[in-house]
Amino acid sequence: MTTATLSPTTLSKAATFEAQAVKTSARRNRLLSLPALIIIGIFGVLPLIIICVYSFLVAAPYGGVQWQFSTDAYLNFLFQRDIFDDTLQFTPDFLIIYLRSFLFAVVTTVICLLLGFPTAYFMATRSPAQRNWWVLLITIPFWSNLLVRTLAIMFIIRDEGLINNALLALGVIDKPITMLYTNFAIQLGLLYAFLPFMVLPLYSSLEKLDFRLVEAAYDLYATRRQVLWRVIIPLSKPGIIAGCLLVFIPALGAYVTPLILGGGVHLMIGDLIAQQFGSGRNWPLGCAQALILMAAVLVALFFYVRNTSGKMQHG
Amino acid sequence: MDIKDQPGFRSVAIICLLVLYVPVLILMVFSFNSGSLVTHWEGVTLKWYGSAFLNEEFHSAARNTLIISVTATIVSTICATLAAIGMTRVKPWRGLAAAFMVINLPLMVPEIITAVATLSFFALIAGAFGLNFGIGNLIFAHTVFCIPFAYMPIRARLEDMDLTLEYAAADLYATPWNAFKRITLPLLVPGIMSGAALAFIVSFDDFTITQLVAGPGQTTLPLYIWNQIRRPMTPEINAISTILLLVSILFVSVSFLIARRRAK
Repeated sequence: MTTATLSPTTLSKAATFEAQAVKTSARRNRLLSLPALIIIGIFGVLPLIIICVYSFLVAAPYGGVQWQFSTDAYLNFLFQRDIFDDTLQFTPDFLIIYLRSFLFAVVTTVICLLLGFPTAYFMATRSPAQRNWWVLLITIPFWSNLLVRTLAIMFIIRDEGLINNALLALGVIDKPITMLYTNFAIQLGLLYAFLPFMVLPLYSSLEKLDFRLVEAAYDLYATRRQVLWRVIIPLSKPGIIAGCLLVFIPALGAYVTPLILGGGVHLMIGDLIAQQFGSGRNWPLGCAQALILMAAVLVALFFYVRNTSGKMQHG
Repeated sequence: MDIKDQPGFRSVAIICLLVLYVPVLILMVFSFNSGSLVTHWEGVTLKWYGSAFLNEEFHSAARNTLIISVTATIVSTICATLAAIGMTRVKPWRGLAAAFMVINLPLMVPEIITAVATLSFFALIAGAFGLNFGIGNLIFAHTVFCIPFAYMPIRARLEDMDLTLEYAAADLYATPWNAFKRITLPLLVPGIMSGAALAFIVSFDDFTITQLVAGPGQTTLPLYIWNQIRRPMTPEINAISTILLLVSILFVSVSFLIARRRAK
């Protein structure tokens, strides 16, 4: 610890050297992003461009595309060409599936919020040790195999499933209630699948809540309800928006849940798209349907970005 | 009165936990059912695990799954680590925001769209250039969506790190590479492990993209389960599902514990 090492010249030399070292390595560091960007660029971004192109081509008879420009895929989304007089007739079949999926996704989001908010709040008000356990317990289903979790729901609601067996044994019903392959089954499956996606972002927002504000509200004679609606909920708005988005987007594009619990009878957008690449053998139509779904997702993301950036401006 | 309490919230939280766990636990319990029906309980046995382990199709599905997810995990974790360094230990460069968006793209696009896009891509390069990487197709597809999952914890770790340590190394005339190897990398290891664990889970569990992209003979464990669902089911399917769930639980817990230790 000599004073010499701390003399101003040494310090400034060190600072210059430090800045130099950081700067030169900084310029090279930029290139380190390249492998990830190249892989995602080729196998992630390029495929998206390809489906944009494919959506303007003609379907080949056995799957795939023929390189011939056409807007039929988009027209077919809403219209069907009459075989005899070549006129376009409005057929809302696909539109109905999109609206149904939208409805499923909205109901899923709302119910997940109603269940998830109290849960996240309860978690955030536990002691740190208890909190860790709760977070782990919610995190496990978040990352668990969705196919297997959906299968678990299927086992319970089947005609010979646990619920029907129990009700039959208790004599409440005398023949099984059909629950599998119904809209109810899909709705239940979506709720089950995406509940953790709501709880975790809500929790991370509520965990940062400043309870002095709650205390202040009580000091000013607010009731519990008023505190909840006028202090806690407005303060956790970023978490609510993030949670809703994390549920709404995957629910809108859900594929596994309707595939297993809808039994191919009750379709959602995801199955409809996959069908065009399988038995439907109409790849351009499938690409157009995928892009229309993508557009809906982008609208949702746009609202999210606008809301959150607005939040930042107001502090 | 506790100012933090809200009436009824405790019951909702407990209901949520039950809703999330009871169906999965029932599925697991029935993997030990000695009857051959998935629904009627007859007694305890381990024979379904035995028949799963002796099943040749299960073996080949497990082999495929491990080949794909281990390769995708290694490649994506390396790429994600490099990218995280290239995007935090730099002066902001033009295109940084765009690069960040590209890395996170697989998280924003619905899985079914990624699936059909990847299918179209591989069909195109197979048709135009005769290129088919076999199981490599699935490895590339998995690597893409594993990168952002591996990237998140690694980046978080880099941002939390005390930069003065790296400056100190530079002050002591460490070359950038030495400073990285001796200071940054050891501190980054927990983040890398946590990221690798998440990448492994998402690859191991993936169904949608795998189902659409997989060629003949490229059955993975989730695809194997899907094929079994469409036949008359035995508790063997429960046994295999239980194994899959246990793998997820193991890796989530590992990733979680590493992250917790960091926080302390």
